[in-house]
Amino acid sequence: MNTPRMKVRHALILIGCLLVTTSASAIVADAQPKADGAAITAQPGSATTTPVVTLANEKTTVAVSSEAYTKPKAKKPSTADHSKFSELDKDFKTGPEVTKACLECHTEAAKQVHNTKHWTWEYLNPVTKQKLGKKSIINNFCTAVTSNQTFCSACHVGYGWSDDSFDFTSEANVDCIACHDTTGSYKKIPGLSGHPNYEKMEWPPHSGKFREAVDLKKIAQNIGKTSRQTCGACHFYGGGGNAVKHGDLDSSLTNPKRYLDVHMESDGLNFTCGDCHVSDSHEVSGSRYAPTATDDEGALIRGKRNGRNPTTCVACHGNTPHPGNTTITAKLNAHTDKLACQTCHIPEFARGALATKMSWDWSTAGKLDEKGQRIIEKASNGRVSYDSKKGHFTYDRYVIPEYVWFNGNVKYTLFGEKVEGDKVNINTFLGSADDPDSRIWPVKVFRGKQPYDVGNETLAVFHTAGKDDSAFWGNYDWDKALEWGMREAGMKYSGEKKFVETEMSWPITHMVAPKEDAMRCEQCHTENGRLQAIDGIYMPGRNNTPLVDKIGFTLALLALLGVLIHGGIRYLMSKRG
Amino acid sequence: MERMYIFKRFERFWHWSQAALIMFLMLTGFEVHGSYTFFGFQQAVAYHTIAAWTLVGLWVFAVFWHLTTGEWKQYIPTMDKVVAMFRYYLTGIFTNAPHPFKQTRLKKHNPLQRLAYLFVLLVINPLIWTTGWFYLFYNSWKDWGVDWLNIEYVALFHVIAAFMMLIFFIAHVYLATAGHTPTAHIKAMITGWEETD
Repeated sequence: MNTPRMKVRHALILIGCLLVTTSASAIVADAQPKADGAAITAQPGSATTTPVVTLANEKTTVAVSSEAYTKPKAKKPSTADHSKFSELDKDFKTGPEVTKACLECHTEAAKQVHNTKHWTWEYLNPVTKQKLGKKSIINNFCTAVTSNQTFCSACHVGYGWSDDSFDFTSEANVDCIACHDTTGSYKKIPGLSGHPNYEKMEWPPHSGKFREAVDLKKIAQNIGKTSRQTCGACHFYGGGGNAVKHGDLDSSLTNPKRYLDVHMESDGLNFTCGDCHVSDSHEVSGSRYAPTATDDEGALIRGKRNGRNPTTCVACHGNTPHPGNTTITAKLNAHTDKLACQTCHIPEFARGALATKMSWDWSTAGKLDEKGQRIIEKASNGRVSYDSKKGHFTYDRYVIPEYVWFNGNVKYTLFGEKVEGDKVNINTFLGSADDPDSRIWPVKVFRGKQPYDVGNETLAVFHTAGKDDSAFWGNYDWDKALEWGMREAGMKYSGEKKFVETEMSWPITHMVAPKEDAMRCEQCHTENGRLQAIDGIYMPGRNNTPLVDKIGFTLALLALLGVLIHGGIRYLMSKRG
Repeated sequence: MERMYIFKRFERFWHWSQAALIMFLMLTGFEVHGSYTFFGFQQAVAYHTIAAWTLVGLWVFAVFWHLTTGEWKQYIPTMDKVVAMFRYYLTGIFTNAPHPFKQTRLKKHNPLQRLAYLFVLLVINPLIWTTGWFYLFYNSWKDWGVDWLNIEYVALFHVIAAFMMLIFFIAHVYLATAGHTPTAHIKAMITGWEETD
């Protein structure tokens, strides 16, 4: 039967099949995730320091490859040695004296600062027309600046803001040092209205520790560029302590490892805050009051601003940031129409081992022990869980964000706005699946319980800190604190308060993980995955089609059953002969 | 016993590589759909896409082959002996009754086969290919001016077509054992030579 000719044919068929399978597997291997290829790809921080620049598209935008380059560390960043200036060779008594010296050369600096949010603490949202900024908004941490300026202004770039009489036109009151100190010895003390301590003082209060008087001459002679330390002095400590407020900003970013932040890694790219938050005339770009949720215009060529925000991921990485054109990277690039980069590349926040505050319940504040003393309790993680001054807290780290559609517009519930019910959204991120300017963003949702003026139907402002008989901290009398706070905010306290539940969302955008730690497809493309709560989109793997699946698999099963029975009968019949 | 050379070399190559690809596409496709986890979503998507394009490539050759050899005529439907075929599968096959259809080189497929393959060619394949391509090029919809399409429905019809293919596959594999011996048809598809009684 088997002729030699047929054997040759069989061999040919076999070879053909082998060729198909091997070539197919070769193509498949090409599509393996890049993590496997990491060994042959140059790592940032390795010998090569050449910037890898690729033309992203025909619009002549240039995108920085994620295999970026190591920034050479500047040895002498400045062309001026401030210690050689006679203007600074003085024994300054106060901060404003230093500022006057600065302004002798930097004549326009204070005027520039006067126009910034860092000075005004005001921001007018051009879309919602809401007046925002630290001066105006109520949050669910320390709640409000009004009536508490002497403390809050420890993070104001000015000197002397203690109440509404502060002169916002004074140039000498601009604090240059807060942002430009390089010695690390400058500290604005809460309670001193934005001043450092000019004399030796006990700090923290009742700690038995003392801070030496600030050496303004040394600081002035070493003045320099902003740094992670200077920005961090306020932005890492927002909300009353390290890591408390943002969740993606804390002191672990002062000297981070690659795992924590791929751009800021001390031994790698070593970005400062200012490398992304590019400044122009002292106005620092990138603000959570008006975030850029979406930018479709590709990488931003230097020199070309066009009013665009230079702080975004897109500004450097473009809209097709995943290199190569494999099945997977092409698909990842296609995801930028729905996802913010942050959603995949910041898989958790508070990743620097420091826990961030997740909730704050003011309603339990004010309890004292039998002796009438302040109570402080700590949780097993070492962080305060109860403080008579502030109430109950919870902290958490390596937190999985919540996800929302976000188009960059945030609507706030402002002081004086009438709100009903027992739940108030301090802010709401606007956006939806139908809105082409919306992307899915990770957020930290901070949950609190805080005073509400029942008669005035508004979130209440209360007087927290101050050396008087009404400040809540020290007197523990809500009515007095509320009366003072509401009066300062321009409203008469109705006399009746309650505590309402509040939620405030914070965009997660720092602590960018290296690509090997980015989210995997299957973390979202599955039932009950990360994006389970996101509505308005179809996601393979998350949304299956229960009815069609049921019908389809039932019919397939019936077909299988049918052929098995048919085959079984055939078999039995053939046995019987 | 007669022997007849029915399936030519390219045809056999086409058949088996297509069979492998379709099985692989079903395996990866239902994983992407979320029915189970095997390769992991990312790999399943990558494999599914690559297998789909490979099948497209194979089809370019297959269409050319069918047109140039005139083999497309094998799928022209006929109702002749369809009833007889049904009767055969329902009773005759169990009692060793003679097969109502006599295979020749010009008529390789029995009338039921013709109808089934034509259904695959005219219904399942167009549905699965069109929806698959739209699915694959989801990000180009706006440029193509078809962003009125709804990905949910595109995916739904792709899945419906996949279920039809799965059912066809089950029936096809089983009926491959319905030759004069259980392995006769399968052997013929490998060697090209069909043995008939």
